[in-house]
Amino acid sequence: MSWFRREDNNIESASEKSVRTEGLWIKCEACDQVIWRADLEANMMVCPKCGHHFRMGARARIDLLLEPGYELVDLNLKSTDPLQFSDLKRYKDRLAKAQADTGLNDAIVNAIGKLGEHSVVVSAMEYSFIGGSMGAVVGETIARAADRAYESRHPLLIVAASGGARMMEGIVSLMQLAKISAALTRLDEAGIPFISVLTDPTTGGVTASFAMLGDLNIGEPGALIGFAGPRVIEQTIRQKLPEGFQRSEFLLNHGFLDAVVPRKEMKAYLERALSFMAVR
Amino acid sequence: MSFIEKIFTDLSEIHGDRAFGDDPAMYCAMARFDGEEVLVIGNVKGRTTKEKIFRKFGMPDPEGYRKALRAMKLAEKFNRPVFTFIDLMGANPGLGAEERGQAEAIARNLMEMSRLRVPVVAVVTGEGGSGGALALAVADRVLILEKGIYSVISPEACASIMWRDASKRIQAAVALKATAQDIKELGCVDDIVPEPGEGAHENPDEAARILAERLHLHLNELKQLSVEDMLAQRYQKLRSMGQFYTEE
Ligand SMILES: [Zn+2]
Repeated sequence: MSWFRREDNNIESASEKSVRTEGLWIKCEACDQVIWRADLEANMMVCPKCGHHFRMGARARIDLLLEPGYELVDLNLKSTDPLQFSDLKRYKDRLAKAQADTGLNDAIVNAIGKLGEHSVVVSAMEYSFIGGSMGAVVGETIARAADRAYESRHPLLIVAASGGARMMEGIVSLMQLAKISAALTRLDEAGIPFISVLTDPTTGGVTASFAMLGDLNIGEPGALIGFAGPRVIEQTIRQKLPEGFQRSEFLLNHGFLDAVVPRKEMKAYLERALSFMAVR
Repeated sequence: MSFIEKIFTDLSEIHGDRAFGDDPAMYCAMARFDGEEVLVIGNVKGRTTKEKIFRKFGMPDPEGYRKALRAMKLAEKFNRPVFTFIDLMGANPGLGAEERGQAEAIARNLMEMSRLRVPVVAVVTGEGGSGGALALAVADRVLILEKGIYSVISPEACASIMWRDASKRIQAAVALKATAQDIKELGCVDDIVPEPGEGAHENPDEAARILAERLHLHLNELKQLSVEDMLAQRYQKLRSMGQFYTEE
């Protein structure tokens, strides 16, 4: 019944996906076109044939948005496994594997730098790290990005890519929703801009907290965005979901996104928005 | 709901979110707490099968969370404390809930409750399930009944994801550390409210009496604070919630 019950293969599939994408050729999951990897990268991980937006890592995302010379910050936090959680595998082992696979301590990267001429703080989520799930480290790191924005009065940008709260941290992961929302409220009171960029997928507790609280909420085309996972809803209503349900365009039509912006136009859109919001 | 009826008097229900509809799973009312004007909010599960279906087993839709927020803003305007009572598996997962922005409704409550300028005391009376519970539990004080649980995910759902077997719910419940005592040790609730005998159901009147006493205690403490101090303490509490990490 929880919003947490996402597609249950996410936790394992992230690493398989990265193995597949290490090859020279990649098949587009939307149109089956086989694409040379270098071409796909040159095209910002967007299929040149059909425009499908592939998932992107946090560091590649920051590279795309910020001018050269930015600084990665707050990378040193590591989970202490508050529940000593174990299911079929120990959470500690899952963490160690994700850390080895991604070279990150957790599913989040903060950066400070310039987007065009605007100084900004960016927090970008890493989906390939345990499904981008949010535990104490992700929560604290995003809250620190909000603190940095508050202290510097620079706009905050959060790029979401997450299956939701990290159930291996139990209630601690749930509390991160409240923590980040409080930090964002302080920004709001201070009149400092916060733009939420929602990418594929953004679900569960991440959607039900900071991802929906931007002064602007901007989606990438075709991204899955929702509260309950599609499988949970299908099991609840006992029928197939309509085509396009919980995709960016669906949320735009229902009034929950300010815009759906293709990756190639994202930076220009954000620059435009930051000019509008510039603290005067 | 039985706690609300036993603890408060002069209940006058407030309906609707002024946007879409009135969610039968969410109850909001002006009430008196030992004569003092307060606002109470609680999800409603229903008692008979027919009522349970009507109340969606107590799982609110977006309009339920929006009604609750509207009621809280009303309390803020007239400077009345807010009490919330939570016993739900989660927010309602459904087509309509997604179309009408379940995630946005919950997120909005998290933000607005963190800055509400009146005292907020939340009680998990049975089950506090995920973001659907948290959307009523961003508060100056969060209480949980001794036999209550508060969790990011239901044990059944956790079992079916992590063990690929929903029948492993007991293992999942243990692994999730979701009992009142566990949650208190993790610093995620402020107070555990004792229950009589084997649980509140055994002696509902006595359970309500004990809870009412605790509510008084917490409200009185909060009323000693200026609004600014209360908000600063609430912020500090939320900002330092769940700090389980090392910095190397
Ligand atoms: Zn394609």
